[in-house]
Amino acid sequence: MELQTLTYIVVGFTFSIYIGIAIWARAGSTKDFYVAGGGVHPIANGMATAADWMSAASFIGMAGLIAYMGYGGSVFLMGWTGGFVILAMLLAPYLRKYGKFTVPEFIGDRFYSQTARVVAVVCLIICSVTYVIGQMKGIGVSFSRFLEVDYDTGLIVGMCIVFFYAVLGGMKGITYTQIAQYCVLILAYTIPAIFISLQLTGNPIPQLGLGSTLVGTDTFLLDKLDQVVVELGFREYTTDVRISGINMFAYTASLMFGTAGLPHVIIRFFTVPKVRDARSSAGWALIFITILYTTAPAVAAMARLNLMQTIEPEAGNYLAYEERPQWFRNWEKTGLLAFEDKNGDGLMQYSANESTNELVKVDRDIIVLANPEIAQLPNWVIALVAAGGLAAALSTAAGLLLAIASAISHDLLKGIIAPNISEKQELRASRVAMALAIAGAGYLGFNPPDFAAGTVALAFGLAASSIFPALMMGIFSNRVTKEGAIAGMLAGIGVTLFYVFQHKGIMFIASTAFLGDMSPNWFLGIEPNAFGVVGAIVNFAVAIAVTKVTAAPPAEVREMVESIRIPAGAEAAVDH
Amino acid sequence: MAIKMTEEQARQYWRRNLSLMMKLLVVWFVVSYGCGIMFVDVLNQIQIGGYKLGFWFAQQGSIYVFVVLIFIYRSRMEALDREFGVEEE
Repeated sequence: MELQTLTYIVVGFTFSIYIGIAIWARAGSTKDFYVAGGGVHPIANGMATAADWMSAASFIGMAGLIAYMGYGGSVFLMGWTGGFVILAMLLAPYLRKYGKFTVPEFIGDRFYSQTARVVAVVCLIICSVTYVIGQMKGIGVSFSRFLEVDYDTGLIVGMCIVFFYAVLGGMKGITYTQIAQYCVLILAYTIPAIFISLQLTGNPIPQLGLGSTLVGTDTFLLDKLDQVVVELGFREYTTDVRISGINMFAYTASLMFGTAGLPHVIIRFFTVPKVRDARSSAGWALIFITILYTTAPAVAAMARLNLMQTIEPEAGNYLAYEERPQWFRNWEKTGLLAFEDKNGDGLMQYSANESTNELVKVDRDIIVLANPEIAQLPNWVIALVAAGGLAAALSTAAGLLLAIASAISHDLLKGIIAPNISEKQELRASRVAMALAIAGAGYLGFNPPDFAAGTVALAFGLAASSIFPALMMGIFSNRVTKEGAIAGMLAGIGVTLFYVFQHKGIMFIASTAFLGDMSPNWFLGIEPNAFGVVGAIVNFAVAIAVTKVTAAPPAEVREMVESIRIPAGAEAAVDH
Repeated sequence: MAIKMTEEQARQYWRRNLSLMMKLLVVWFVVSYGCGIMFVDVLNQIQIGGYKLGFWFAQQGSIYVFVVLIFIYRSRMEALDREFGVEEE
């Protein structure tokens, strides 16, 4: 069957599942809307969390980044998984015991202050909006590339689907669609990886294939890759450090703390029945994530080797441009792959040297997107990759939008502006807030602001420096005061934004970057995307210092802290 | 189930929880920041199959250990909850 038709069928099929779930899982109460009734099985929640968590950046972008960065790309692998250990031990069980609906609500109660709650809402919105822009772009791009509709139309279709299940079902609809989306995206990721691993190493398990020898030789795949990239003048794949050891340390820590502090992930743990379910659910989530995250480095290395061996089949013997394979022609049309015959010999010379390199553009996203074509897999696999990319972007977008909508309707409206509204009115308000959040995110998707480029890693830095420390201090100390928490959050997010802006430009307008984006100006050689951990340290330090000079928290707060530390007595859950 | 813990027991329970956490976080730190970043060059001297060991920790091993840590924490905490009679029914 024609690839185009097949893609429409596969994507159409997955979308009809999502719509079916939306109709079946409507929210009848605010508890349904905010926490899916609180009765989600821990394994089901683990799966939903995995989809919530793995965005277009994980699905499409990460393997490409690793292929290009080699060992340095490990920061994403360790950072985006290690955060779940922190979540499982240090945050999720206690926040589940607290047993309410949103992250700012916890911060407001623990720090006995509406101001703290509002500051938390602001931090939440800054983190989530930066993150959601990337997802909206992912939706638009996936549509335009695979279904050949234009970017705007693709974005509108995507928004309508999210609108349908997120507005009708809230967290309940989102939870069950995320489970379906996880199944789609994990199949779409692993099937091509298994085929490629088989082709290159004869081992069907990519995680083992990466450590195996190439078919018909005694050479290990990674040794071959090291040798090929070094010959072309790149740094050795398996030891290519990202800037410096300190920078890799800081980058990993920022991503880990950010993972633990991103509200759309935390609220997923409010949906399970018990405290011990929150502990195990984090483990299940990480298992489901690990399947993709340990496959990604294999995809990265294998695709890079495949790409290089296509262009240079034997050392010093380059492929003639006229003989390039069909997939190369396909992706040239999209502009993501470009060749320029600088020396006019009709051969494709690929090199680390800018002046002689003739493969002038290799977009990193190609590593995942073109993978099935490079490996000559059947058309249905390519169609599945399209559906997988969309599932990854939609599931994360929906989770983020719910975090934003519930902060508006529950924290700002019900919590502060109009505490007397009935539950019915609040449910209606939460639907309106969701619709507005979708419209806002759509607007930013149509008109991506200048700062859209480097947003995903930034969202983590911001969460790491603002929300994560506040939650930690709220649980592990009964002394930190409201003044301390508020000053800490503002200082943490402030210092992180300031550092990013001075190197990357105010709101990412490059001309306003008064220090320029130059590594000599970096504090301890830490790149802006990795600065969240420093922001977090500032947050802790300021909060503790301010606490020392302000009056101790009231007795109820101490009791609240005592009670969240003990599992028994959690509010009974609603089955559904 | 009603919670019947004296203040002293509550303190004990929390201290045991913290000490379990600390032990597991030490492992968490060692496999990622230690093996994957700080001592990666040393470990890379050792080769297991086609993997340099430090590279393996950074791109595979640390992640598997993370999963194991969470499940150890879960089962140890369930035992601790029962010991102190604070488990959920």
